[in-house]
Amino acid sequence: MLVVHGLTKSYAGPRPRAVFADVDLSLSAGDYVAIMGESGAGKSTLLNLIAGLDSPDRGSISLDGTELTTLGDDALTALRRERFGFVFQAFHVLPYLTVAQNVALPLSLLGVVAPEKDARVKSVLAGVGLDGRGQSVPRELSGGELQRVAIARALVHAPRVVLADEPTGNLDADTASQVLRLLRDQIKSHGAAGILVTHSRAAAQTCDRIMQLTPTGLHALPPG
Amino acid sequence: MRKPGLSAARAVLAGSLVQNKARSTLSVLAIALGVALGYAVALITGAAVNELALGVQFLAGDADLQVRGPRSGFDEAVYPRLARLPEVAVASPVVEADAKLADRDDVLKIIGVDVFRAGAVQPGLIAQAGDRLDQLRPDMLFVSSAAASALGVVRGGELAFQVGLRTVTLRVAGVVPGGAQQRFAVMDIAGAQTNFDRPGRVSRVDLRLRPGIDIDAARERIQAQLPAGLAVQRPEAGVAAGEGLSRSYRVNLNVLALVALFTGGLLVFSTQALAVVRRRPQLALLRVLGMTRRQLASLLVLEGAIVGVVGSALGLAGGFVLARAAVRVIGADLGAGYFRGVAPTLALAPIPLVIFFCLGVTIAMLASLVPALEAARAAPAAALKAGDEERAFSRLRPSWPGLVIIGAGALAALAPPVAGLPLFGYLAIALFVIGTLMLMPRIAVMLLAALPLPRGGPPRLALLQLRGAPGQVAVSLAAIVAAVSLMVSMAIMVASFRVSLDAWLERILPADLYVRAGAAGDTAYLGADDQARLAALPGVRSAEFQREQQLLLDPSRPRVVLLARSIDAANLARQLQLVRGPVTLPPGAPPPVWVNEAMLDLYDFAPGKLIELPIAGKLASFTVAGVWRDYARPQGAIVIERERYIALTGDRSATSAALWLASGVNPDELSRAIAGDIPGGSRLEIAAPGEIREVSLKAFDRTFAVTYALELAAVVIGLFGLSSSFGALVLSRRREFGMLRHIGMTRRQIAAMLATEGLTISAIGLLVGFGLGWLISLVLIDVVNRQSFHWGMELNVPWSALASSAVVVLALSTLTAIASGRQAMSRRAVLVVKEDW
Repeated sequence: MLVVHGLTKSYAGPRPRAVFADVDLSLSAGDYVAIMGESGAGKSTLLNLIAGLDSPDRGSISLDGTELTTLGDDALTALRRERFGFVFQAFHVLPYLTVAQNVALPLSLLGVVAPEKDARVKSVLAGVGLDGRGQSVPRELSGGELQRVAIARALVHAPRVVLADEPTGNLDADTASQVLRLLRDQIKSHGAAGILVTHSRAAAQTCDRIMQLTPTGLHALPPG
Repeated sequence: MRKPGLSAARAVLAGSLVQNKARSTLSVLAIALGVALGYAVALITGAAVNELALGVQFLAGDADLQVRGPRSGFDEAVYPRLARLPEVAVASPVVEADAKLADRDDVLKIIGVDVFRAGAVQPGLIAQAGDRLDQLRPDMLFVSSAAASALGVVRGGELAFQVGLRTVTLRVAGVVPGGAQQRFAVMDIAGAQTNFDRPGRVSRVDLRLRPGIDIDAARERIQAQLPAGLAVQRPEAGVAAGEGLSRSYRVNLNVLALVALFTGGLLVFSTQALAVVRRRPQLALLRVLGMTRRQLASLLVLEGAIVGVVGSALGLAGGFVLARAAVRVIGADLGAGYFRGVAPTLALAPIPLVIFFCLGVTIAMLASLVPALEAARAAPAAALKAGDEERAFSRLRPSWPGLVIIGAGALAALAPPVAGLPLFGYLAIALFVIGTLMLMPRIAVMLLAALPLPRGGPPRLALLQLRGAPGQVAVSLAAIVAAVSLMVSMAIMVASFRVSLDAWLERILPADLYVRAGAAGDTAYLGADDQARLAALPGVRSAEFQREQQLLLDPSRPRVVLLARSIDAANLARQLQLVRGPVTLPPGAPPPVWVNEAMLDLYDFAPGKLIELPIAGKLASFTVAGVWRDYARPQGAIVIERERYIALTGDRSATSAALWLASGVNPDELSRAIAGDIPGGSRLEIAAPGEIREVSLKAFDRTFAVTYALELAAVVIGLFGLSSSFGALVLSRRREFGMLRHIGMTRRQIAAMLATEGLTISAIGLLVGFGLGWLISLVLIDVVNRQSFHWGMELNVPWSALASSAVVVLALSTLTAIASGRQAMSRRAVLVVKEDW
């Protein structure tokens, strides 16, 4: 489904810096992989490249046979809208929308209208344990609940790939553990592929595979 | 001991100003523009008034008191009586006339003095003559240096004047040194009386009292002995009376300039409010590090002070340059005609300089105070969390303070003038603006709730965002609401005034042709023979003549105008636009006069009131029979029946005539006949009503040109404010846009969302601005104009002009919003969500 091959990225400027080279990664539906690495290793950069938010120096990224590196901005945006879901460390839940409106955002962008939209939102909220909280506003929610909203928003439109970058960085250990479990379950139950970027070994262990990002590429780490 | 966190505070302060260079610069420029306009207006009008005062002081010389009366003068027999009074050391009679120059549309002030008396009272008026007898020759005059250069005459040259319809030519015997920039000429009093048809009359008598005499006590004694219509006063009272005529205009201009500064202050408020919200976590950090609320608030007010100091300094320099350019291009009267003939010298006036510097700094500091207090009040723990800045706009404050302020404004609008100035009217306007701005979040909530929510897409998101952050709408709109309300109120006021003026002109110009003895000055007139010739011209069906005089009713005010004209009691509405009356006089009541609105306001000459007027040195009783609308004489005017005037004064001369033509007579042919067949007829100013209307409306537009310029400045500052605040808002919402781009929103969709927000915010601003503007226009029309100039007018809303302006402002502000949002659509902005990763 998602095939990354020979991906190389460096930053230009007065002090050019090679970030990583020759990254290969292959994900099928239901795969859930953790990417670890030192700070500055390029984990977020790799996610940006996969999401089509940044362009590589060389290499290819293919999603369901579509080569992302050859697409223009509008096509990439459309692809992202349809096939990607995102979970951020800082939640990025819009404070002026209700929980249900926040979750419905990707559906609205895809042109899905009521009653299908409402039904999908209700269903995904139930899935993340926020049944009946659709009309709450974000300021009434705890950090863990906000991240559940973000997970629901990442999955409501049934994306092919979910990209989560340190989704538990702002949460306490117990809440983090619940959120990680939920994220894994939801990705799996929706049949999506997931990439979790994390510094935490414990978090990484909720995934099927653990990879280490180094300047020379992605290397598998033994579980445990 | 070093206060904790102070170095961090300095870093935050410097960082904010440097980081937001564009917005800081805009704030500085907004304050600079307001200060520049205010300082320029103060410099120009101050210099012109100062020049007038210098002129009056120079002409009065060492006089302790002056006896003045009607503009046409009074019996010279008063002079010897004054000279014989025991307290008077020297009395110097003066004949003063604004003599119409024969070959140009201009006047020269002629001062006729008794050289032997004037030497002791007004030595500055005595010029050195090659032949000392020149000072006594009736055909010689001495011109001031300003007049010599303005008229291009030198010693030995000639000046021709129009007297009646004749030409009188006088020779220039020399130049009077001094006299500042005043244009005048001095000649022997007997020569002035003879040449300018003032036999046996003087305009004033200047008195120097004996040493040790109490001037005020002497003034009271002398006043008791004067005939009716004459007043004795200190020379400086004349300066005050002269200033009074232009004072309201000057104050109005200053207030308009201050509005530009106020709008600039609102721009600073918007910028500071958004900067403070954006830096909420940083400021909370300072509080956590140990900075007190007071220190934090002081720090933020200091930011405003820096903007104010830099802006004011730039504004003062700009104001001086602007003032010089304006005087050169428009003139010292800024187009209004109050200071015609005055060429002031502009200097860096220190008092206005200090006042406007302090005003600029104070307004910038006050503008920063509200956001500073808001930041100081924020709980540090909550403010430290990401996302708290977005919540700052979601709170709604109670609406009662805004309503109370608007109510106070309504009460202020009912208050009478203070020293002839509508100070409470201005206060009412300020309170209406401030109250409305305080209510903006509530108004925004109401209006946004009334808007139907689009079914989906960016417009829906935009509306939801606005509904969730009403405070943001208020902050963004502060400057634009103030500017739009000013624009609308001025547009309504000016349109009401113009339409009323047009209707008034139509009413007061019923004849086919109008003839005036001279466009300016008081030496041109139509004698009885001239009038008879005019009336007898073939093609003239009927003729009405009018004599214009000026009476001194109150020495502390300018003279009022007395208009002696034919009155058809059965057809008063045709002749005068009565706004009160007519009153039917009871049997035995004194004869009627009709007064303009200024007389009602200034002298309380209400319909039915019995009054006394000093005419021909005697007090005559009259009944006020009605009040008429008049846009020409804000100092006051009284209409009297001409036959009655002639009976009282014996003066059969006229200053203008209205002619009704027989059917089929061409006005142009009749004009040529007047110029050719009547001796001196070529000097008459002849115009059809249409021409007079056109000239009057042009003069009106010229007068308001400066007003338009000041208004435009305020609107530009308002748009800057919107642009600045929108830019800051977009910056503060960059994570939101980044997230939206992540989840698949295109650049176009974000642009559409921002355009919807810009359009909605601007539409709310326009709606509120229009409502507020309409309210302010009522105050301008019924309070400010009425109390300043005593002009009544009907409300007239220029719908099409306002609609066009609304479309332009809406388009500009929407474009501004989109332009500000371009940053939000860049690739860099998309990655901002990672700032937290």
